[in-house]
Amino acid sequence: MRGFLPAMELQRPASLSEALQMLAAHTGRPFAGGTDLMVVYNAGKLRETRFLDIARLPELQGIRETPEYLDLGALCTFTELLAHPAIHRHFPNLVKSAKATGALAIQNRGTLGGNIANASPAADTPPCLLAYGAELELVSPRGTRVVPYELFHQGYKVMDLAADELVTRIRVPKPSGTSVHYFRKVGTRQAQAIAKLSLALVAQVADGCVANLRIGLGAVAPAPVRACHAEAVLQGQPLANLPVAVALEALLADMSPIDDIRSTAHYRSIVTRNLLAQALRTLSATGN
Amino acid sequence: MAERITLTFTLNGKPQTLAVHPMTRLLDMLREDLGLTGTKEGCGEGECGACAVLLDGRVVNSCLIPALQVEGCDLVTIEGLATASGLHPVQAALLAHNGAQCGFCSPGMAISAADLLRRCPNPNHGDVKDALSGNLCRCTGYTKIVEAVQAAARSEA
Repeated sequence: MRGFLPAMELQRPASLSEALQMLAAHTGRPFAGGTDLMVVYNAGKLRETRFLDIARLPELQGIRETPEYLDLGALCTFTELLAHPAIHRHFPNLVKSAKATGALAIQNRGTLGGNIANASPAADTPPCLLAYGAELELVSPRGTRVVPYELFHQGYKVMDLAADELVTRIRVPKPSGTSVHYFRKVGTRQAQAIAKLSLALVAQVADGCVANLRIGLGAVAPAPVRACHAEAVLQGQPLANLPVAVALEALLADMSPIDDIRSTAHYRSIVTRNLLAQALRTLSATGN
Repeated sequence: MAERITLTFTLNGKPQTLAVHPMTRLLDMLREDLGLTGTKEGCGEGECGACAVLLDGRVVNSCLIPALQVEGCDLVTIEGLATASGLHPVQAALLAHNGAQCGFCSPGMAISAADLLRRCPNPNHGDVKDALSGNLCRCTGYTKIVEAVQAAARSEA
């Protein structure tokens, strides 16, 4: 059921500049860990036949730490994320979402950049990257630009990514002061399940109030989205008296869930609100 | 048309050279080009773990890996787990504890369990469940497999 093997091309550019030139010449689509593309290939449904193996490009590897942020190579695997102490120290939601992605064999191959550029609305790390206010570094033969991740997804599999651009690095600012981190994915089982829905919340608290708060949602819209309406209700509010009911109502405007093989719009709508309610209970408890 | 490439890698401790198309699945390369049929194809989409092998010491699903990405790597399949002196402790424990019924998942289970014991010589019950969470068994209900892995750990420790 797979494609005609001799018609399938996979080339390995020797450097980032060669990869960018090949991308610009439409030589092929980027191929990294393969954990999404190979599934489509094995099902005989892969339309493209030409790929560029970018998995060994050094510029897209590694985790660099500065006082303000972590700079993650797009080729960081989930296993590499889970092995890095700074991820555990500053970004517990990334730890939870990387652990919730597939199982070990997938975590050993799947990459953070692939999770982003594959643009599945149900991917596990993107809601966390939204809640952490991540930025993407995009490189093309024309130069480098930095895009706030919240502006990157523009619709179902539609991204602010030109045909000759690669996602090279992901920068995630470290939350400062006292912060609350919540992530929960709901699937049929803990391992190997694709999310029915997920919610990530990161809040910075000061003087008993919400100083800054972001919420990322998975599998309830055509792409990973921020819950801007619910966030607006909660910003600046006292932890002792959060407007939970108003926030849950506002969350409805942030979602456009559908019925599909994994769940129903009704279930997604109710359970996403339940997760926000649980996250807000966690947030309130930090004020005590 | 893509030409075949000459792939060089280490297979179960020995150097290997092979002419393959670059998008040949590692699973097919093993089973069809190299005749190593211990590695099984279950789901073909990275969910069941029947095709698990160790690539540079890490568990991977061989159905999701194109041949080109194996270039220069160290590959261990279920055929490479036993040594001249006998079965790998995990294999011996699966036998002793009836950790297999139909046996189709067993090569992948043994690979994942061997990887766990290398990373974590004294795993608790949760560690074993985590390590095997990407390997599906439709016969045993897992209890005997988990018991076998824990027994293998005790004999290695």
